[in-house]
Amino acid sequence: MVDWKKEEYDNFQTIDARQKGEELGLSDERMIEMYRIMLRIRLFEEMADKLYALGKVHGTMHLSAGQEGVAVGAGFAINRNDYMLNHHRGHGHFIASGADLAKMMAEFLGKDTGYCRGRGGSMHIADVTANNLGANGIVGGSLQLAAGVGIAIKQRKTDQLVLTLFGDGAANEGIFHESLNMAGIWDLPIFYLCENNQYGMSANVNRVSAKTPFRARAAAYDIPYALVDGNDVLAMYEFSKKAVESIRSGNGPYFIEATTYRYFGHSKSDRNLYRTKDEIEYWKTVEDPIDRMEGLLLQADILDIDVVKQIHEETVKEIDEAVKFAEESPEPDIKDVKEWVYA
Amino acid sequence: MPEITYREAIRDAMVTEMRSDNSVFLIGEDIGAYGGAFGVSAGMLDEFGPERVLETPISELAIVGAATGAAMVGMKPIAEMMFMDFILLALEPLINQAAKARYMFGGKATVPMVVRMTGGSGTGAAAQHSQSLESMLMAVPGIKVVAPSDAYDAKGLLISAIRDPNPVCFVEHKLLYKTKGEVPEGEYSIPLGVAEVKREGTDLTVVASGIMVSKSLAVAEKLAAEGISVEVIDPRTLRPLDTATINESVKKTGKLLVVHEATKTGGWAGEVMASVCESDAFDYLDAPMRRLAGKDCPIPYNRHLEAAAIPQEDDIEAEIRAIVNNTY
Repeated sequence: MVDWKKEEYDNFQTIDARQKGEELGLSDERMIEMYRIMLRIRLFEEMADKLYALGKVHGTMHLSAGQEGVAVGAGFAINRNDYMLNHHRGHGHFIASGADLAKMMAEFLGKDTGYCRGRGGSMHIADVTANNLGANGIVGGSLQLAAGVGIAIKQRKTDQLVLTLFGDGAANEGIFHESLNMAGIWDLPIFYLCENNQYGMSANVNRVSAKTPFRARAAAYDIPYALVDGNDVLAMYEFSKKAVESIRSGNGPYFIEATTYRYFGHSKSDRNLYRTKDEIEYWKTVEDPIDRMEGLLLQADILDIDVVKQIHEETVKEIDEAVKFAEESPEPDIKDVKEWVYA
Repeated sequence: MPEITYREAIRDAMVTEMRSDNSVFLIGEDIGAYGGAFGVSAGMLDEFGPERVLETPISELAIVGAATGAAMVGMKPIAEMMFMDFILLALEPLINQAAKARYMFGGKATVPMVVRMTGGSGTGAAAQHSQSLESMLMAVPGIKVVAPSDAYDAKGLLISAIRDPNPVCFVEHKLLYKTKGEVPEGEYSIPLGVAEVKREGTDLTVVASGIMVSKSLAVAEKLAAEGISVEVIDPRTLRPLDTATINESVKKTGKLLVVHEATKTGGWAGEVMASVCESDAFDYLDAPMRRLAGKDCPIPYNRHLEAAAIPQEDDIEAEIRAIVNNTY
């Protein structure tokens, strides 16, 4: 488990949603929407897991359940025309950016109606036309591409940015340093968001990183940094907004390290041999981002139990519809196997 | 037509495209005031400024990665690898990202970028600055590989490569930079994937690329005096390979020699020969197909060893004689 202490965090834990909402200019509806999207991610992934168990998903997948606070907190702070470069555990970020659940589920099932017409699967979902530049199967893949997107934005002089997501594991790839250095020297509009779920596959971040958290690594490239509790969605939103404002003001890149936790294994072959049941249970029961937000919203009378129930029912329904669409969709035509190798 | 060098022709192509298309930019190491390690981009910083002649830290992985990212959002970057050997530091974005993005994302992405790289031996730069890695690159679906052999082709092919919506590896031979040829001013393009018959002949077909084209042409000229008529074909683009032109030539001559500087095992000569075997040209062969390639060793430093590691004119001549005289 992470061994850094609460006082190392740059955020204060949210204790009053109404007060926090007012501070951040978030309406009740917007906060309820944040809750709804987190729940959508969770239930969508649980359904994907179920379909996998039923043998309906051909390949592996990397589930992000437990990390919804990061996806939604950051996703709500950026604009729809901002670019996003994702990592391999990217379902939540796509859903937070408004992805169509039916097209996502169809892609998981390898169908021709999926986001990538069944060519990519869970690990490569992209919607380039919506500036969603893809999940990536290579650790640090998003970091490879980020500087180029930043260069393009700068040359075109738009006020966009590129949200660049990567995990704690990617921070030990060489490209992490090359990318941060480039962004640092050219003040590129890159929002580096390190989603520290504490494990790169089975490797605990503290075991494989000489110094954690990564504050000093951002400082090494003269990039402003914040360590944020990623399971506190309002804190995630608050700091993401700070990062976005700083980047849009022309101050160059910003680095947020968000502490979080994944409930499922790394991929479908994981038997959780490297962490304890107690640890997983702690995060699920004490730190769960959805439960925490639900508690805050109930406490502030922004939500009541009936509405919570209603949101659950609506979410289950939309996911069932996505599954229905995916299952009824056609497979890609075998004769098209070499389509799209070249433009 | 003005006579300019291969180096100037490449610069001319970049300048032409950068003047007409704001999305084209050059990114690489020491390409600004220094003008690039081989002087290819000399003067470009003055015309286009540091935003479009983007001089980078020594970060090959990030250079090709950045080019890929920029291309995915609609720019047309030209990345320069000072030496082709350094692309090995950047194969990840080239092969795992650029080459696959379009396919992996169901046809929605395009990656219109060029990675220029300086290959080949002959300067005493030894094993890590002299390689010809084009065979390895052309094994990857999703990228194109272009290798011009003279100044005229270099400009026309580079203009096409910059306009091409796919990732293109553009292999420049360092010994060709100073060679001169007639090159029109202004824009013209040579389509990718189209070979050129550099010299017509009837007795034997030589397929050669890069520096091996001029060597083969010199040998062909010499042998012509003895009545041996050699046809020399330059594929110009190695992927996609214009097998139709090669097969037609083999049908005419019945004999094939492939000459390349890239090392022999797994080299692209094998691909050319396989395409003959798989086509009706096979029926026209009246001698075994042969190949002359870089020896299966790293490029050595010593002048004589270095020359011995790759095909020279004497080797090409001997090989052609052997095939024509049935003495291989």
